[in-house]
Formats: sequence, C-alpha cells, structure tokens
Amino acid sequence: MSSGIFELLGNALGGTFLDILPIILVLGFFQIAAIRKMIPHLKQKMIGLVLVVLGLGIFIVGLEQCVFPIGTQMAHQLTDLYFLAGNDSTRMEILQNSKHIEPGIYLWTYVFAFLIGFSTTLAEPALIAVAYKARDITTGAISAWGLRISVALGVAAGVTLGVYRIVTGNPLHYYIVTGYVFLLIQTWFAPKQIIPLAYDSGGVTTSTVTVPLIAALGIGLASSVPGRSPLIDGFGLIAFASLFPMFTVMAYAMITEKRTKRKEIDEPS
Amino acid sequence: MDVFPIIVVIAFFQLVIIQKPFPDLSQTLFGILLVVIGLFIFILGLESALFPIGEKMANEFALKGNPWWIIFFGFALGFSTTIAEPALTVIAGKAGDLAAGAGAIESDKNAIASFVLGLRFTVAFSVGLAIAIGVIRILKGWPLIWFILGGYSLIVITTFFAPQEIIGIAYDSGGITTSTITVPMVTALGVGLATSIRGRNPMLDGFGLIALASLSPIIFVLGYGIFIYGASGL
Repeated sequence: MSSGIFELLGNALGGTFLDILPIILVLGFFQIAAIRKMIPHLKQKMIGLVLVVLGLGIFIVGLEQCVFPIGTQMAHQLTDLYFLAGNDSTRMEILQNSKHIEPGIYLWTYVFAFLIGFSTTLAEPALIAVAYKARDITTGAISAWGLRISVALGVAAGVTLGVYRIVTGNPLHYYIVTGYVFLLIQTWFAPKQIIPLAYDSGGVTTSTVTVPLIAALGIGLASSVPGRSPLIDGFGLIAFASLFPMFTVMAYAMITEKRTKRKEIDEPS
Repeated sequence: MDVFPIIVVIAFFQLVIIQKPFPDLSQTLFGILLVVIGLFIFILGLESALFPIGEKMANEFALKGNPWWIIFFGFALGFSTTIAEPALTVIAGKAGDLAAGAGAIESDKNAIASFVLGLRFTVAFSVGLAIAIGVIRILKGWPLIWFILGGYSLIVITTFFAPQEIIGIAYDSGGITTSTITVPMVTALGVGLATSIRGRNPMLDGFGLIALASLSPIIFVLGYGIFIYGASGL
C-alpha cells in the first residue's frame, strides 16, 4: 500500500512537471531571446518552482486517494435508480420502464451538486491564487474570502442547474445563451472595476479539483437517467460552472459598492 | 482549512443520506492530510516563484517597448500550456469516441487519434490567440466588454450551425483549458503589464486574459465540429 502511494506520487509529480515544463521553456526562451538578462534571485525562484510542482503533486495524490473515489462513488449511488426508488425494487422497475421521469425525484442529487460545487471551489488552488492577487491590487477592498465565497456560490448554483438540465434533457445552448443575455444586462449595472475580474472568475473556477468531480457527476447522472446519453448529455456541467460565477462576482461587487456608499452617507467626514 | 467543506459535505451524504459506513477510512484521512500539505506547499511556491517571475517578465517587456515580443510571448504561453493540459487530453479523447460513434470519422484508432490531436491543437491555438489578443487589449487599454460582447455573438452564431454532438464539449472546453499553473502565470502577466504601462489600471486592464482564454476555445471547437461533422441548421 505504501509503495502504491509512492508510485502515485511519482506519477502526479511527473504530470505536474509536464504541466509546468512548457511554461519554463517559454519563459527561458523569452528571457534569453527577448530580454537578454539573467533572472534575479534565480536560485530562490527555482526553489519556488520546485515547491509549486511538489505541492501540486502531493495535493493531487491526496485528491485521487480520498476525494475523487468517494465523490464518484457518491454520484453513482445518488443517481442509482434503486436508491431513488427508496430501495424498493417494484418501484424501480416502474421507473426504469417509464419514458418520462419526474425531475423531482432527483432532489438529493441537486442538493449534492450544490454542496459539492460550493465546497470544491473553495479548495481550488487557481482561485486562491487569483483571489490573493485581487486582494493585493485593491488593497483589501475585495477580500480574498469574499471573492472565493461568491465564486463558490456561483459554481454551486451553476452545477445544480446543470444537473437539472441533464435530468430534463433540455438543449444546453438554450440555457447558456439565455445566461449570456442576462450576464450582459448585469454587466451594464455592475461597477466597472469588477467586470474583468468577474469574467475571469468564470474560467478560473474550473481546474484541478472541480473538473474531475463535476465531470464524474455529469457522466454518472447521464448514464443512469433513462433516455439520456452520457456522451451528449453528460457534458455541459463545466459550462454552467464557468458561467454562474460571473453573476455572483458582479453581484458581490454591487453589494459591497452599495454598502460603502451607504457608509459614506451615514458617516460624513 | 480549504478542504474542510468538501469533507463535511461528503461525510454528511455518506452517513445521513446513503447511510453506509465509509470504505477505507484510514486511507481517506491520509488523503486529506496530503491535500492539506500539498496546498500549503503550492501556495508557498506560488508566491515565491510563479507570481514574481510572471510580473518581472511583464515588467521587462513593458520597459523594452517592443509590443510584438509581448504579443508573441502571450501566444506562446497560451499555446504551450494548453497543449500539455491533462484535463483537455481527457475531454478530447471522449470527444473522439463520440465522433467515431456518430460515424463522423472512421472508428479505427488512427482516425480517432488524429481527430483528438486536431482538437487539442485547435483549442491550444485558440487559447494562444486569445491571450495574444488580450495582451493587445491591455496595451491599447480597450474595454474588455467589447471583446466579450463580440465573443458571445460569435458563439451564438456558430452554435446555430454546429452539430448537436459538439456543443456540450465545445462549451465545456472553455472552462477546462485554464489549469492551476496557467491561471496564476497568466494573471501575473496581465496584472504586471497593466501595472508597468502608464495610464493602465491593474484592476480594469490587468484582469480579463483568462476570460478571453475561456471564450475563444468555444468558438474554435464549434468551428472544428462544423468542419468535421458538416454544418447543421437548427
């Protein structure tokens, strides 16, 4: 068992190294060809890069060891027709043969989708990185936690709606295009400063932690709901998860702006 | 701290809803320990290496004053990091099986492999292009929203002609392309660039590269789908 862990760790470190190798090559090439200067504090930076690879590698092994197997298993158990039928095999047969499935019986799957979307986003390293950057630039006006929680709420709402779409089998692009329209309307009213960050947060959220878990949920669901094809209906959850954080981040900025304005009115200096 | 909510959610569902004991409890706890340690080391490295390097590069480029180098740098960074992205490889593989199943390409190994490679190149090229355009935007100080608006319009138009099979994958590919290492790097580049150029606001101009990099793959993968499957009216 312990040798298995080391093998996994080796694989993960190799994978992370491959992930960072193109960046190092590109950086090296441009440093030599375009800038023609030595990188200052080269040794310290190299140690930092080793830490990035090592940390991400260990992180991924931990995920693969504990979070992914349980998450995938849970997605399967929750969408299992036998579980949905309340562990009653006659009801299960009725469900299996019925052409139309009441979207309501997947209640627990929706709750699970919401909570898992929320919690995995909080653990997303890429989002932590961007949140720190935003906090530093705004000197704390946008708090790292505020941003992370609003993004996490957005992912949670998005994944839940995405799961509902898989159950009902509606076309994905109706939802997404409607989302775009609302997004543009909200952009009109949102504080200008937040717009680029809000649109960035859509792509940032879906990385190492969220993608595999959510993809497993979608494909598990699409293969167990009668009448759905995993290949056509199983995709799309990530699209939802990248769309909704834009709403919530803009909403977060609108709320904070309103609050600071009210404070200024309340306490005239 | 950061993974605590995941643990609570999973424990709640396992014990209360599904009502079965945890399989391999000790292994799970060990995994959680690894996650916490790994995340801590990653953030340490991020703040001591990836962020400073990205900003330093952006700074040097801004001082050099030759915009073509920065634009080229943006393209190279976007392309090279996406082509190696593991999540993209997985999704592209699934898309290949789907295309073979639908009879759009022949279902032998070579045909699928070349479809998958084509898809990966398409996405990588589109991310590179998006970062390059995003860099031009920062240099010029154009508002991001026009690019978003244009991108969304293109997505909606292309979706009309795209075959059903590709739409889900295309829309997903936007979120997948930006990995845990690419995001901090690209963010550092954008913010560093906006900080070094006079008259640019890091908040207003520095962010937005990721947004473009998640938008353009959707358009290009839809286009790739039309190219492979042939156009289909809705």
